[in-house]
Amino acid sequence: MTVDRLSARFAACKSQGRAALVTFVTAGDPSVADTPAILDALVEGGADIIELGMPFTDPMADGPAIELANLRSLGSGTKTKDIFALASAFRARHPETPLVLMGYANPMLVRGPQWFADQCSAAGVDGVVCVDVPPEEDAEIGPALRAAGIHLIRLATPTTDAARLPAVLNGASGFLYHVAVAGITGKQQAAQAAVEQAVARLKTATDLPIAVGFGVRSAEQAAAIGRVADGVVVGSAIVDIIGSHGDAAAPFVKEFVAALRGALNANSPHFRETAA
Amino acid sequence: MTEEIEAMTDSITLPNSLRSQPDASGHFGSFGGRYVAETLMPLILELEKVYRDARQDPAFDAEFTELLRSYVGRPNPLYYAGRLTEALRAEAAPGKGAKIYLKREELNHTGAHKINNCIGQALLARRMGKKKVIAETGAGQHGVATATVAALFGMECKIFMGAKDVERQKPNVFRMKLLGAEVIPVVSGSQTLKDAMNDALRHWVSNVHDTFYIIGTAAGPHPYPELVRDFQSVIGREAREQILELEGRLPDMLIAPVGGGSNAIGLFHPFLDDAEVRMIGVEAAGEGLAGKHAASLAGGKSGILHGNRTYLLQDEDGQITEAHSISAGLDYPGIGPEHSWLHEIGRVEYMPITDDEALASFQKLSALEGIIPALESAHAIAIAEKVAPTLDADRIIVVNLSGRGDKDIFTVASALGVEI
Ligand SMILES: Cc1ncc(COP(=O)(O)O)c(C=O)c1O
Repeated sequence: MTVDRLSARFAACKSQGRAALVTFVTAGDPSVADTPAILDALVEGGADIIELGMPFTDPMADGPAIELANLRSLGSGTKTKDIFALASAFRARHPETPLVLMGYANPMLVRGPQWFADQCSAAGVDGVVCVDVPPEEDAEIGPALRAAGIHLIRLATPTTDAARLPAVLNGASGFLYHVAVAGITGKQQAAQAAVEQAVARLKTATDLPIAVGFGVRSAEQAAAIGRVADGVVVGSAIVDIIGSHGDAAAPFVKEFVAALRGALNANSPHFRETAA
Repeated sequence: MTEEIEAMTDSITLPNSLRSQPDASGHFGSFGGRYVAETLMPLILELEKVYRDARQDPAFDAEFTELLRSYVGRPNPLYYAGRLTEALRAEAAPGKGAKIYLKREELNHTGAHKINNCIGQALLARRMGKKKVIAETGAGQHGVATATVAALFGMECKIFMGAKDVERQKPNVFRMKLLGAEVIPVVSGSQTLKDAMNDALRHWVSNVHDTFYIIGTAAGPHPYPELVRDFQSVIGREAREQILELEGRLPDMLIAPVGGGSNAIGLFHPFLDDAEVRMIGVEAAGEGLAGKHAASLAGGKSGILHGNRTYLLQDEDGQITEAHSISAGLDYPGIGPEHSWLHEIGRVEYMPITDDEALASFQKLSALEGIIPALESAHAIAIAEKVAPTLDADRIIVVNLSGRGDKDIFTVASALGVEI
């Protein structure tokens, strides 16, 4: 990798005294034609890192919001080649913004890990979150991504205890994704105290930036989590906006993301000064 | 040994034993494994540990065996299907027409093999201190069996069932409710077994602390394929003892229907190292392999779904395609990983049977033997009808009659255009 956009972005956010805003949408939701405008809205609203979901027929770690987004995307005919085309075009429009693909093993690996890693490389993808490949099955995807210089972003959950954490961290790079609730994506919210405890625990075990996601739906929540974590991930709440506004969603997405970003900025001494 | 059997065993380089899989990481060759979200990993590792301990504990086996005896009604008979055998001989060349035996799993409490596995897993759930169990179900047989053991063990029970299956398996839905289970219709995707499994996994990941997932077939993340197989292997162990007593020798062929593959692996596993025993797993060919079907080995390729790497029906992008079978219990786009491995090494042959062929065998067995088979089991009978007349009359076939057909009478009546 020539530029490590993920590290650069986390470092930049840190120097601004705020958490990075990581936003998730499903590629091709509601259609491939609508996705570029939605991705641009995320960036214009102030997202630091884009997680682009690869739709799958059987998204069993996702709640209804993202499951429906997967089905809308596939229903409108999204193919894997379209997703890489969206990623390449995004990279051309936004050379600095880190792009992470998130999804399930089968669509990623159906043509083999080398093919997938090559496509990620060619499209300027910075990292991959593969929900159903735990460290125990790393050989399926890890070696190919690492050889191509793509970050394999691992998930730590409330059930990942101290004994297991080293296995999760071994081979993890880019950032560590802390799944705040033992559950699926969607409405369930984690208690702030539990998040703070978890982040503190993870920080003693790794120097990787820690982004917290699952169940973050509002600017207030994002601000609270942003006070302790290096990144805040918001997914279902954005996907819900796309679900209700369809091909007209971009401006609503931008407005919501700007509110999230504003809340994170308000944590920053730097931004408080300039606002004053 | 017949020539075909020699040819078959020649083509495999046999490891010391075919019964020592999976390896320590839960793989059967390149299949199996543990492809689950991180949240579930610690629980799956703990389950493996608890299972290893249980296997070492004679009290665990004693309780399992006693429940199979006094509650399930085991051993069930190995029955010589004389009228079916004779009917097939009448149409075969002189001297042809193998003897057909039926392993009577349909006589088990709750009417299918599924209860064997449920008793074993409920004992594991209790050992892990879990008071809630969940399960996915297709035909409703596994749901009924899970609801039954939940009642027996005093556990709270939720059953996830595709909305389409809730519709076509109404009697079983009512049974589950009588047994005190909550039946949750799953409306996503194709609204059948795979979607029920998705929602069961979603529920499990959100309730790992107090919930045990009783998976209904020999699939899912390690150690499920192994432990389901072990609990179901009582079928093959009994059949082996029974045929030795009845005939003084091992059978020439075993036939079983394959959905996820639990009844089939249960029958096959104790015979895997007996090279002279040929084995046929029967996949559901639905409307035919050129149309909508559920034959993952014949029409799929290796992929990752529901915790394991195995053969799956999928498109070129790895999207799972919808399965179809008239039999709800076979209507699944995957298959247990041990079957994928046995298929690849050539130890077990897998053959397709269509909806129409299964319907014909459903009626034929009912009329000839007074046994109404489950539609799943009718697929195996259909292969027996094809193969028996090609074998010498002194050959022996054992067919797994995995379940009884009471649950299917509405489906069959409607397929035959009869109103009941
Ligand atoms: C009677 C019967 N046979 C076979 C099956 C298929 O499952 P498996 O392949 O796990 O035995 C089912 C599943 O519901 C069933 O009810």
